[in-house]
Amino acid sequence: MSWNLDSDRPIFLQIVEHIELDIVSGALPPGMKVPSVRELASEASVNPNTMQRALSELERLGLMRTERTSGRYITEDRQMIDDLKNDLAASGVESFVSQMKKLGLTQDEIIKLIKEKF
Amino acid sequence: MSSLLSVSGLTKTYGNVTALNNISFELPGGRIIGLLGPNGSGKTTLIKIICGLLQPTSGTLTVEGNPIGVESKKVISYLPDTTYLGKSMTVEEIIKYFRDFYEDFDESRAYDMLGKLGINAKDRLKTMSKGTKEKVQLILVMSRRAHLYILDEPIAGVDPAARDYILNTIITNYDENATILISTHLISDVENILDDVIFLQQGNIVRYTSVEEIRGVEGKSVDSLFREVFRC
Repeated sequence: MSWNLDSDRPIFLQIVEHIELDIVSGALPPGMKVPSVRELASEASVNPNTMQRALSELERLGLMRTERTSGRYITEDRQMIDDLKNDLAASGVESFVSQMKKLGLTQDEIIKLIKEKF
Repeated sequence: MSSLLSVSGLTKTYGNVTALNNISFELPGGRIIGLLGPNGSGKTTLIKIICGLLQPTSGTLTVEGNPIGVESKKVISYLPDTTYLGKSMTVEEIIKYFRDFYEDFDESRAYDMLGKLGINAKDRLKTMSKGTKEKVQLILVMSRRAHLYILDEPIAGVDPAARDYILNTIITNYDENATILISTHLISDVENILDDVIFLQQGNIVRYTSVEEIRGVEGKSVDSLFREVFRC
């Protein structure tokens, strides 16, 4: 599996998350043409119907748009990409903090650790 | 979407053993469906009836509205769980044989896949390993432009790298209106490419559902659901 998908969570959601990350990181830059459903399905080793569903979801979220004859493109709305980046960062920090709290660390200890590791 | 295969009230008994017990279901076009069940649950019996190799005890089947027969065989491409090709034939000879036999056989597709898997078309089947023979058979079956592909244990004998290639071949090469029915025990290998699964137990369909529903609603992989449903 080239995309490292878990079998116990809906595959289309994991594909959506994977592509969101690629958009935020710039691996899929704004305005880029998205490969065909078949190509992506083959790359991710998933069923084309599942890939189709994931791309429809990304379109619904506004991260991709379809041009009737020429295919799908990544959004050029940088504000939307920044918002997505902030959302992903916020949820990452949230789960990190709750994990650290479970380990019994205080806020100061967590900040100290982050500074050491950064 | 109209149904590709329609099965209604299908029963098959061997003497006093019931292999299939009054089952009914429909397969739509454009799906990849796993036919899953423990040994002896009736998977191969069901497949053989759909392919016209066994007669049902009772019940009706239609493929695109036609009964099982010449018309249904034209649109079904079947990979059996045993070898049936002449052992002394070369791959090239078998390809010619398939081209004569099936009007939907795409020779260039077959050679393309053979090349990618590094199989020499001049080799005779009897000189090949079990896994290579299985690859050849699968290539032949997937090189037809059929409407319904029925694959009985397609990847059991091949190594994991070739397994990935074969699964990739399956998802990239079939026509989007065609349906693929795969019977296998290697659930974790195939489950990411499946749309739906049919669970068969002692001749009954105990589950026919989409795999994303299993993951979304039950939070489980198909493999772990299978282990749970069929716990020994």
